[in-house]
Amino acid sequence: MSQFTATPRNHRQHRRQSVVKAIFLLMTVLLIVPVLLILTFLIVKGAPVLSFEFLFAMPENGMTAGGILPALVGTVWLVTVALLASVPVGVAAAIYLSEYAPDNWLTRAINLAIINLAGVPSIVHALFGVGAFVLFFKFGTSILAASLTLAIMTLPVVIVSTLEALRSVPQAFREACWNMGATRWQTIRKVVLPNSVSGILTGVILEVSRTAGETAPIMFTGAAFFLPFLPQGVLDQTMALSLHLFVISTQVPGVPEGFPYGVALVLISLVLLMNAISIGFRTWLRGRKKW
Amino acid sequence: MVAATTAKVLLRGLSVSYHGKPALRDVSLEIGEHEIFGIIGPAGSGKTSLLRALNRMDSFVSGMRVAGDIILDGRNLRDWRNLYALRRRIGVVFPLPVGLPLSVYDNVAFAPRLRGVRRRAALDEIVERCLRRAALWDEVKDRLKSLGSLLSGGQQQRLTIARALSQAPDLLLLDEFSIAVDPVTTMRIEDVLKELKHEVTIVLVTNLVQQARRLADRTAFLLSGELVEVGDTEDLFAGRVEDERTRDYLEGRFG
Ligand SMILES: Nc1ncnc2c1ncn2[C@@H]1O[C@H](COP(=O)(O)OP(=O)(O)OP(=O)(O)O)[C@@H](O)[C@H]1O
Ligand SMILES: [Mg+2]
Repeated sequence: MSQFTATPRNHRQHRRQSVVKAIFLLMTVLLIVPVLLILTFLIVKGAPVLSFEFLFAMPENGMTAGGILPALVGTVWLVTVALLASVPVGVAAAIYLSEYAPDNWLTRAINLAIINLAGVPSIVHALFGVGAFVLFFKFGTSILAASLTLAIMTLPVVIVSTLEALRSVPQAFREACWNMGATRWQTIRKVVLPNSVSGILTGVILEVSRTAGETAPIMFTGAAFFLPFLPQGVLDQTMALSLHLFVISTQVPGVPEGFPYGVALVLISLVLLMNAISIGFRTWLRGRKKW
Repeated sequence: MVAATTAKVLLRGLSVSYHGKPALRDVSLEIGEHEIFGIIGPAGSGKTSLLRALNRMDSFVSGMRVAGDIILDGRNLRDWRNLYALRRRIGVVFPLPVGLPLSVYDNVAFAPRLRGVRRRAALDEIVERCLRRAALWDEVKDRLKSLGSLLSGGQQQRLTIARALSQAPDLLLLDEFSIAVDPVTTMRIEDVLKELKHEVTIVLVTNLVQQARRLADRTAFLLSGELVEVGDTEDLFAGRVEDERTRDYLEGRFG
């Protein structure tokens, strides 16, 4: 018998390996099925109401007819301003924590605090937003106040995922640069950032998804029940898809049955579209840099 | 030979510890200008720690503390405010090769760019010269644009050597530079080192006592973090040792 012939023990190991693999596959399927079901359901129910007019017309008759343009535009405003506020701050904070901060108890405490902050319920952020941006900074209920509230809420996610991306760059690369006399910043700019930018983008993707769908944090800080015009600047109030969905599903009578599904479909498509753009950008970056 | 050279590096009571645990204790020695100074000793004897101290790596290796004096060109390292400028003139090669995730060209042009070399022609010249000296040019000359981190282990090690040379260092610290390099290429690099000696002072840490014998003018023997003795390499290998432990180590009787 050659030493390469399978023994009963090999067979056992092989069987166990197949079972384990099957279990993981099952879990993955379990995870995907609900998502597919929801999407199918939304498409079946929502697609019929979708039209050029639905997307690009103003709501009419107390939101029971017409389109959703102000909500669509409002969500784009809210997400964009929130991104502009949270990404630079979050990425800079993560760079500081990962690349500059000394490894001591204070840094560890701050890291822990940030992770915990990510778990704070969004309604709490909403209350903070009202107190801080609407009242204290006197932004009033406005896109600015709502976006900053969203930004604060998503900041921990951005920081944590950016930290992970930065830490995935091997320490040996940094030390090789430092040993040649590169400063921290030179090392960050030439080696660390180019190799973590795709991971950082993942954090931004997550943030975008969360921001576009949030309702509670914007309800009291800048999103309006109904507005018959488009926002002109960041100090205006605005409608938003998420709140609009809530309103037409529960607050106003006589809305056609397909409308809420249409809005939900638009919201999801918007999120998917933004994700797709980020993923495309990320793939493009990955193709250029690798170790 | 000792008398003829002026001290490039002077160590006085150098001690290194990690998280309070000593790795190198009270080492005092002199490294002459333009010599190859060998450091040998069994695993864990503190060879790498000594090199780290010379490049002031204690400022970023966690838990590393250095005590005692390191005097480079008559100037105490303690008085160097600008560690970056210090490290730019010291080239280091550590045993685990690190090809930076940049192109081969950019790997070698990294240090020159740090010191302000911008002209393409000048950079081209440095890159080619350093890669040739590291015996890597022929293998990579057609793919200077491909990633340095994708080279083979031995190629990355030579890339690291080329990078150290590209700093135009006046002190070159080599830590087991040939660990992943085949014997023939090792010999080629060794020949380059012998030539380089006229421009650079080289500290060579090696686990191969024969390599120390071939290259080093003087050799120090470390054991468990202590300096056992320093002597002319020829003397040590001819058995003219002050300490029996040196003889035992050189003859392979422990390690
Ligand atoms: N980063 C570190 N953190 C903690 N201890 C360390 C660290 N680096 C080295 N040491 C310890 O310091 C001692 C000396 O290590 P060093 O790396 O200087 O030895 P070496 O002579 O270079 O050994 P080798 O021939 O195996 O490379 C060892 O006991 C080692 O465990
Ligand atoms: Mg070592």
